[in-house]
Amino acid sequence: MRTSDSLRKTYGETLVELGKDNKDIVMLEADLGNSTMSSLFGNAYPERYFQMGIAEQNMASVAAGLALAGKVPFINSFAVFATGRAYDQIRSSVAIANLNVKICGSSAGLSDYGDGKTHQSIDDIALMQVLPHMTVLSPCDAVESEMMTKAMVNEKGPMYLRINRNDLKIVTDPQAEYHIGKMTEMVQGNDVVVFATGIMVQQSMEAAKLLEKENISVRVVNVSTIKPLDVEALQMYCEGVKAVVTAEEHSVIGGLGSAICSALSQKRLPIGIVGIEDTFGTSAENYSILLKHFGLEAEDVAKKVRSVLSVR
Amino acid sequence: MNYSQQTINELKRKAIQVRSNILEMIPPGKVGHLGGSSSIADVMAALYFHTMKVNGNDPKNPLRDRLIMSKGHAVLVQYACLVELGYFPREELSKVKTFNGMLQGHPDMDRTPGIEAVTGSLGQGLSVSLGLALGLRLDHSSSRVYTILGDGELAEGQVWEAVMAAPDFKVNNLTAIVDWNGVQATSTTKEIFPIENLEEKWKAFGWNVLVIDGHDMVQILDALDRAKTYTEGPSVILAHTVKGKCFPFAEGKAKYHNASMTEEEYQTAWSCIEKMKREVEA
Repeated sequence: MRTSDSLRKTYGETLVELGKDNKDIVMLEADLGNSTMSSLFGNAYPERYFQMGIAEQNMASVAAGLALAGKVPFINSFAVFATGRAYDQIRSSVAIANLNVKICGSSAGLSDYGDGKTHQSIDDIALMQVLPHMTVLSPCDAVESEMMTKAMVNEKGPMYLRINRNDLKIVTDPQAEYHIGKMTEMVQGNDVVVFATGIMVQQSMEAAKLLEKENISVRVVNVSTIKPLDVEALQMYCEGVKAVVTAEEHSVIGGLGSAICSALSQKRLPIGIVGIEDTFGTSAENYSILLKHFGLEAEDVAKKVRSVLSVR
Repeated sequence: MNYSQQTINELKRKAIQVRSNILEMIPPGKVGHLGGSSSIADVMAALYFHTMKVNGNDPKNPLRDRLIMSKGHAVLVQYACLVELGYFPREELSKVKTFNGMLQGHPDMDRTPGIEAVTGSLGQGLSVSLGLALGLRLDHSSSRVYTILGDGELAEGQVWEAVMAAPDFKVNNLTAIVDWNGVQATSTTKEIFPIENLEEKWKAFGWNVLVIDGHDMVQILDALDRAKTYTEGPSVILAHTVKGKCFPFAEGKAKYHNASMTEEEYQTAWSCIEKMKREVEA
């Protein structure tokens, strides 16, 4: 049961809960357990918790071996290291073999605001979604974090979970049914559809409110499974609208925007992408400064909506 | 330990058969990793036909021992063993590295029965093996994990991450074997990237180290048995070998790391096989 609005704490607690009955769940950590919250699992089940030290490459391949032995390994680190540092290990040992390894990229996007560009992931979605067999999940709040963690255990195959370091406002209905691949309409509207993921879901919902005052009706859809993308649902949500906007806390290259542009390439709809413009992050004293600086506020989404509407 | 002359001779025959299967896979004109496959052929014969619990008719039996070919490019020698145990039909040998064949250019667990992991990108096999060993231990399994590493492969940093980690976890169901042939893709390891004091290095990281002549069947069996009975942690067998062993034109030469033989070389190779057969029977 969720005890807070923290996505990472919820992730850790959910695995502790699942690990009670499912003895195959094992966790691997590269010395960031108090941030990724894998330490909760380590405290509960020390015999199934492998502290691998600061050696992410070894950790990823060891997880592949554990999966070969029938275990359900979760590897944990910051998103930059979990994906980038161990990229070839994930590609070769895990993805090619289609093994049941779960990768938790914590402190994703700019959410580790103080630590700066080496620790902020603007490329993790790109790296993971290009790999065949890989599922890419991006929860927008702690409710989704819990639902996704459960689904990751229930479904086989390599999966990447991208987790925000900071508490996010709950926008998901805890009673709603969840499955991997699900797209959720958060706000109804018919002029423009905004496909958003992660923290940009709440920003886009706020943008819809701002635009309502200008008589622009915006539909907001939470795309929390970036891969496999439910193209049918995507097209359905495009019915009747004049334009599309995508929104993500990730580079505009290779992320949700890229995936949606490919999926909708046959549609004659203008598409605008809100994201980080081909640049690395930077340190700041709080998260809000970065969201403002990189154009990831509600007003930035609203601006993009106005701009795509003016395209003829 | 003592091994009967009959056992030794039988394994020598198997090793000859393994090398002959390797030749069958790479007739003139077909490129293949002859050098690094034949250097480890004797160790592989000992593993598959003596030491390991494996069954070609039941490749997924949970009680089986596992072999991970970390130096995945030498997979020809593994195919050469697996075919003898009936993991796949003999006709597959001639179809190696073809579009419709079961035998890929590098180990592919989805395509080939008996292949336990995906390897080929060097340096990852020992880590995968460590994970497998940890998983088997959680299940209180008696299965063992064997990993074949190349000496050139030891330049990969990840190998040393796994070398550091395995003794920490005290896995005693893991045996690593280094095919210490001294030659890599383009030249000798001495020239390309020398890694000195190999024995001391592994010891310093906490491994049980056994140094052997990797072409001496008695030494191979003895080392594998010692590794099995060592309970304090992982063991590594540093096997001095000769790249291209048993094929004089290829011995110790980087050229045959991955090459095709001429018609003449191919005939010479077959006569080497015949000569070895006569010797073992004599």
